[in-house]
Amino acid sequence: MSAHAVDTAAPVAPGSRGAITAHGWRSTRLPDVKLLMWVFLASDCMFFGSLIGTYLAYHNRSLVGPFPIDVLNIPLTTVSSFVLLMSSFLMVLALHALKVDDIPKFRLWTAGVAFFGSIFLGFQVYEFVHFVNAGLSIHQNLFGTTFFILTGTHGIHVTVGVLWLLAFLIQSYVRPTSSKDAVYLEIAGLYWHFVDIVWIVIFTVVYLVEFV
Amino acid sequence: MAASTNVAQPALFVRPTWRTGLRSWLTTVDHKKLGILYILSSFVFMGLASIEAFIMRLQLMRPGQQLVSPDFFNQMFTMHGVTMVFLAIMPLGIGFANYFVPLMIGARDLAFPRLNAFGYWVYSLGGLMIYTSFFLGGAPDIGWTGYAPNTSLSANPGLGVDFYMYGLFVSGIGTTATAMNLIVTIINMRAPGMTFMRMPVFVWMMLITSFMIIFAFPPLTVAFLQVILDRTFGTLFYVPEAGALPILWQHLFWIFGHPEVYIIILPAFGLVSEMIPTFSRKPLFGYPVMVLASILIAFMGFAVWSHHMFTTGLGPVVNTAFSLTSFIIGIPTGVKIFNWLGTLWGGNIRFTTSLMYCLAFIVTFTLGGITGIMVAMPTFDAQVHDTYFVVAHFHYAMGGGALLTFLGGVHYWFPKMTGKLLDERLGKAAFWFIVIGFHTIFFPQHLAGLMGMPRRIQTYPAGIGLELWNLMSTFGTFIMGIGLVLFAINVIKTFRSGKPAGNDPWDGRTLEWATSSPPPYYDFDVQPVVNSIDALWAYKHPETLHVEPIDPRKAGREYDPHGIHVPGQSWYPLLASLAIIVGSYGLIYDNLVLAIVSGFFFIFTIFGWAFEGVGGHHVHPELEGERA
Repeated sequence: MSAHAVDTAAPVAPGSRGAITAHGWRSTRLPDVKLLMWVFLASDCMFFGSLIGTYLAYHNRSLVGPFPIDVLNIPLTTVSSFVLLMSSFLMVLALHALKVDDIPKFRLWTAGVAFFGSIFLGFQVYEFVHFVNAGLSIHQNLFGTTFFILTGTHGIHVTVGVLWLLAFLIQSYVRPTSSKDAVYLEIAGLYWHFVDIVWIVIFTVVYLVEFV
Repeated sequence: MAASTNVAQPALFVRPTWRTGLRSWLTTVDHKKLGILYILSSFVFMGLASIEAFIMRLQLMRPGQQLVSPDFFNQMFTMHGVTMVFLAIMPLGIGFANYFVPLMIGARDLAFPRLNAFGYWVYSLGGLMIYTSFFLGGAPDIGWTGYAPNTSLSANPGLGVDFYMYGLFVSGIGTTATAMNLIVTIINMRAPGMTFMRMPVFVWMMLITSFMIIFAFPPLTVAFLQVILDRTFGTLFYVPEAGALPILWQHLFWIFGHPEVYIIILPAFGLVSEMIPTFSRKPLFGYPVMVLASILIAFMGFAVWSHHMFTTGLGPVVNTAFSLTSFIIGIPTGVKIFNWLGTLWGGNIRFTTSLMYCLAFIVTFTLGGITGIMVAMPTFDAQVHDTYFVVAHFHYAMGGGALLTFLGGVHYWFPKMTGKLLDERLGKAAFWFIVIGFHTIFFPQHLAGLMGMPRRIQTYPAGIGLELWNLMSTFGTFIMGIGLVLFAINVIKTFRSGKPAGNDPWDGRTLEWATSSPPPYYDFDVQPVVNSIDALWAYKHPETLHVEPIDPRKAGREYDPHGIHVPGQSWYPLLASLAIIVGSYGLIYDNLVLAIVSGFFFIFTIFGWAFEGVGGHHVHPELEGERA
């Protein structure tokens, strides 16, 4: 009977646990969009997990070169990884600035995140061109196939993040932007941090482990 | 006082507001309309899959027949499987969820109504895209599991495989988006007072199913992506000559594929758990156990995938481990059978058509579960793998499990969706034809399989003891076919001229029975309030338990003064889906210009979507005169 017992102690009228929002009652105080982003990231873990799993399953199975040890450049990628990680730091500053309604700082740091993300993408383009010139392509061997698709998928994620932040930045000039919009920057930030974390895993699994 | 909540924004389209006509369906974001679209589309696809099954059974009726060519037969069993799994039964569960989850938790809509519309359009257009392959050079002929390297360009140069990969890839995106939407909705939009352990079991099942979807679909999406890249861009993921491991496809596919079994069956469990208590006039026996058993199934569902691969040579240790996990997952499933029996036990039972479908489900699904335990033994599986025994097993679990339940669900909820009661006499006649036909089709297949008849063959020789079982099986399709036609006649006849149902024809327990039939576009006059499990039932039957009315006005409580928020309609979900579909055609036909243009159009629709905003307005149906 316990499941059927009436809860008389806690009032069940609106305002008890959840909150009334512009779009009706919400039973937790989490914004819908934030919850959606967490759920999406959970799903994206499995997406990257499958790609990384494929990379590992095909590790050392290439029949012809170039092999990872021939082309990977740790110092170069360390620099680009550092830039990407620092962009996460700027992301935190941008969100803080928006939360306290410091719009000029918000614009500065958001532009900084997008700029650092673009530098990372520039490094990736350079790396890809360099590898292709060294004879590694998606058609060459299994390393080429799995490497380009895994890092390329990550690169597309970064590109989406850069476009998202730039759109956020541009619209702040078009219509009033204030701390009320912080939740939208926050979910962009969640996405950005997640993409960074995925890069740490890729950098370790693809690059560093090769030279252990 | 219907006031817009959004400041005017620069928009390319005037925000559509049609409530009737074709355009209202194309731009709708209403969960009820989308639910009906999902359910109707699922039944259309199910009809197509049934025709394909019928063709196969006619071909296999007698030994040595040449009614259809082996190549066409391959297309038939592939499209039958693909359609039933991805386009009929799974979306049917999502369709019921679309319509009833918001109503059962007292919400006006899903958390992201436009994302919901997008999910529907990519599913239905993606499904249609696969079917266009029949007219564009032949349907896929690789089996619904699409094993590598049968899908490689060298082994299968036709476009059928491309349609399979792109179509399922695209519709999978929609399914994942809708699952995310349902999770947010269920966590965040439960009525005041509806704690998790007061949610209707169907809502619980959809929450668990949605979590399974978001974790199970990405591996499948990656697998599709890899084959797409292999075929369209020349990568080497499944090219054995380059050292690739085709078995990787099987792992990725079944890491999705086994959870998919539960993704299909858990919504059905939810529907059964709503119908049986109503028609036994008792609360569900062991509600918390039911919920916990389902969560255990969801976890274990990700740990059994290799039992589909016992004969691929993974070794005795792996086979033993996956055999054990497969036995373990049988336990929580068995617990549920006892929950339903315990609910029926001592109940004041009303033998409606819905309840009869539920009872048939329990029997049929249990039989499917028993053969499931049999094939979970690697030694036994080695004997029956890829035979008709396995075909019979999963049809008992999926067809007898999910399909029978959904048919019962249609009988139960049709009055809510249309305001008209289905004919019980015709319904029961259809029931007997369907159930007897089902068992006549599939029971003999166990025996044919045990005698060694392999699945996916176009014909078989006479004199090896398979004639009788195949003839019986084909005979069964006629019986079941009559039942399905009677079911369809019942639905059409009732829709045209049925008896009015009233708001609560079954003395229901969940919140959807508290609003009118069919529900008004705003669902509830005011936000309902819940303070026990089965709050509506308890309110209607104060002799069992005294609770407050679910209508806060009757309880003398305050309610949301803003009224009910109705989200705005939009063209963007449909346009974004069309961009994806057209882009897929571009890639299939190696037309990069079309693909890139569609890609840019897709990005445009996403920005249009984002800057358009949720929109909508508030209505105050509680004030007289506002009633639509």
